[in-house]
Amino acid sequence: MSEQALVEIRDVNFSYDRRPVLNGINMSFGKGKVIAVMGGSGCGKTTLFRLIGGALRPTRGEVRIDGKVIHDLDDKGLYEMRRKMGVLFQFGALFTDMSVFDNVAFQMREHTDLPEEIIHDLVMMKLHAVGLRGTHQLMPAELSGGMARRVALARTIALDPMLILYDEPFAGLDPISLSVVGQLIRKLNDALGTTSVVVTHDVQESLKIVDYVYFISDGVIRAEGTPDEIRASSDPFVHQFVHGEVDGPLPFHYPVATTYAQDMGVKS
Amino acid sequence: MPLINSVRGVGHRVVGSIWRLGVAARFLAMTLMQSGVSFRRFQLIVREMFSSGVMSLIIIGVAGLFVGMVLGLQGFETLKRYGSESALGSLVALSLVRELGPVLAALLFASRAGSAMTAEIGLMKATEQIAAMEMMAVSPIARVVAPRFWAGVISMPLLAAMFSAMGVFGGYIVGVVMIGVDEGSFWSQMQGSVDFRNDIINGVIKSFVFGVAVTVIALFEGFDAPPTAEGVSGATTRTVVESSLAILMLDFILTAFMFRGV
Repeated sequence: MSEQALVEIRDVNFSYDRRPVLNGINMSFGKGKVIAVMGGSGCGKTTLFRLIGGALRPTRGEVRIDGKVIHDLDDKGLYEMRRKMGVLFQFGALFTDMSVFDNVAFQMREHTDLPEEIIHDLVMMKLHAVGLRGTHQLMPAELSGGMARRVALARTIALDPMLILYDEPFAGLDPISLSVVGQLIRKLNDALGTTSVVVTHDVQESLKIVDYVYFISDGVIRAEGTPDEIRASSDPFVHQFVHGEVDGPLPFHYPVATTYAQDMGVKS
Repeated sequence: MPLINSVRGVGHRVVGSIWRLGVAARFLAMTLMQSGVSFRRFQLIVREMFSSGVMSLIIIGVAGLFVGMVLGLQGFETLKRYGSESALGSLVALSLVRELGPVLAALLFASRAGSAMTAEIGLMKATEQIAAMEMMAVSPIARVVAPRFWAGVISMPLLAAMFSAMGVFGGYIVGVVMIGVDEGSFWSQMQGSVDFRNDIINGVIKSFVFGVAVTVIALFEGFDAPPTAEGVSGATTRTVVESSLAILMLDFILTAFMFRGV
């Protein structure tokens, strides 16, 4: 994938207060692809997401986007780069004091000098793409969780970004909304010719729509491959994750130094 | 050993407070430096002036009216002992314009608009709206903080003036209409004793300083709040407590400089 790669992550290490979170991560996201980064809660997915967005600086290694090392950019360069990126936050992060229309129009008004009539048409096109043209006058509080996620998606693609990052786009959605959001991610990626990175732990939905999958556990890449390779994988970790098994390489019990009997005060 | 620990604890708190003060000062400097957008798109400030200033008008007006009425009542009782009830107008006006107007309006502004600013920005942070804005290459300091800062700074002197005007009216109702102090001497004494430079302008300067203090504290606490329900509620409480103390301390300092020998 690396010849046409839009995002290159090379030997990235990251620690919070000396606590290692990511350890020697290497990834390459090809142009026009949808890539999933999966792993259990607390495995470092969100940290990786923030490293790609330039919100954090790796302790070692580099994150290169469109040929530029993102954490070496100054504020101006970083903001220039972010204009070409779209981010969908876990619960949408819509601006609650603005209507749906103003939310989608936000970046157009902040970054362009387009006249209001053109902004109106563009916003309607973006809302139509996510099937919510009829909600433009509503406030975010009046939307369901799935609708808010779709409006946030319309806002994310407002300026036709070259890279879209999705942070847990399926969290807390009913099965229908989940399918809708999944299909939209794929369709919008192909229609806009962007590259999408989906950070998620929803295996089944992700495997349906993505081109390539990385599994992270304990800060390292445990497995990677196309959805078919992942489904056929005999790796015990991947098997446990894909089939949602309670116990396996990822233990059910949090590590503890004492035995259960000791903690219960039972004398042997 | 416990003594050393408690001394160490005090030291930690002092260092922590000074460090926070430094961060807040840097926050203010960044807000001032990134204020250009707010003035180029003045409707951003106007919108915030509506929510922090206009929406505070009722509480400021009602509070001013009652404070003025109490001043009229208490002032009359005291002045009567010295046979100088006719000075009621100047007592009411000077108390309000020099002290009570700016101070009480600022205290009310801190608890009504300041706490709302902190809670709003804290919740924007907790729901990732601030992070989303940053990822859209829009500076939250320029877009969210600076308009609110200027709205607060512009609103505060206007609210203090409103408070004083309502207070004078309250003093008039009690003193002249209800108790029967001579109307002519009430107004003429007031006109004769209130000096535009020493009293009115100094009062405006005070409320401007309080406006800066309250809005900076409110915005900084919101921006610095841990993104949890507990974090936002703690930050809101701190805004009210810190702003109130800041107002009273600044009032003493300003009064000491402004009204010495006046």
